[in-house]
Amino acid sequence: MMREPARTSRRKRLSPRGIAEAAATVVIALGVVMLMQPLSLTLYGWSFPTTLVGTVMFLIGSKLPE
Amino acid sequence: MRFAEKVATVTPAAPARRVRSLSDRTIAWLFIAPTIVLLLAINVFPLIWTVRLSFTNYRANRMNVPLRDVGLQHYNDILTSPDVWAAMQVTARFVIATILIQTVLGFALAWLVDKKFRGHGLWTTVILLPMMLSPAVVGNFWTFLYQPQIGLFNYVVSFFTGIPPSSFQMLGDLTLSPWAIVLVDTWMWTPYVMLICLAGLRSIPDYIYEAAEVDRASKWRQFWTITLPMAAPFIMLAVLFRAIENFKMFDMVNLLTGGGPGSTTEVASITLKREAFEKWRTGYSSAFAIILFVTVFGLANIYVKALNRLKQR
Repeated sequence: MMREPARTSRRKRLSPRGIAEAAATVVIALGVVMLMQPLSLTLYGWSFPTTLVGTVMFLIGSKLPE
Repeated sequence: MRFAEKVATVTPAAPARRVRSLSDRTIAWLFIAPTIVLLLAINVFPLIWTVRLSFTNYRANRMNVPLRDVGLQHYNDILTSPDVWAAMQVTARFVIATILIQTVLGFALAWLVDKKFRGHGLWTTVILLPMMLSPAVVGNFWTFLYQPQIGLFNYVVSFFTGIPPSSFQMLGDLTLSPWAIVLVDTWMWTPYVMLICLAGLRSIPDYIYEAAEVDRASKWRQFWTITLPMAAPFIMLAVLFRAIENFKMFDMVNLLTGGGPGSTTEVASITLKREAFEKWRTGYSSAFAIILFVTVFGLANIYVKALNRLKQR
């Protein structure tokens, strides 16, 4: 009885929408880290495209079925 | 009865005839149309116009110069500029320092306030006061507090440490000025983090602690295995919100240091202001604004997702 909600939530997380949103979140976070890191100017240069791709992924992903 | 019919019954005869002929959908659109027009005029149009300007050589102080398309030149300039990169790093240091301090202090305050000691209501109100002030007011009075000659802050530091009050300047020193801003931001926004954490702590049902007591779990174990994990989504929410707010922080920095001394406290929004209203590079600053906007928009998406997950709990 107690295991049912956990299985449901895992299934929900593995839905196309859940996967797309999780992937987009990682890409956005990566873009923000690249924007603010002090190590490489090249990484900084690619930060905006990365964040933009992540944001577009999130917008499209959030429209996918649950 | 349709909504149009209901409206028609309480409306004078002539307009009622016109209302009856409208569908509910049309009436709904009529009601929301002014708001949509206003939103388009003050939000969407400036955004689209900024995107358009970011691809041009437009300067707001030379409006007679013909507009020339420069493509992605401004974006390329910004994303290869060591100065803008430096401003981003200043912003990052500022965001990380404020979030770490505010989260620890906010959670500690929330934990104390949740204990419901005598007069906790009054203390909660007192703690919340700084958050209710305008950033402009806060910036101005902290500028006075930080004055090395007459400011109260230097005298308090002097009282506790013995360092002469006029021997250091919080806002004019390369090392101290970033911390001066962090201190003011922490003073102002820790209560907000405390409020969110308090909501998290109060959402934990008492029976979980009672069960832990029955199992003879120590207070320390209860904190690490019940309090912190169950309040974590709320803490995450506070961290995300403060990160977004501090990423676009402008007013406090502008009032306290204006980005100085040198460029020690020049956060991204101060660089943006300088490019837009001191150098008048409107096209360039539009591209910069779009970069900041996309970053904040991306973070805001994560924030909303976290908020929705919290609602489902």
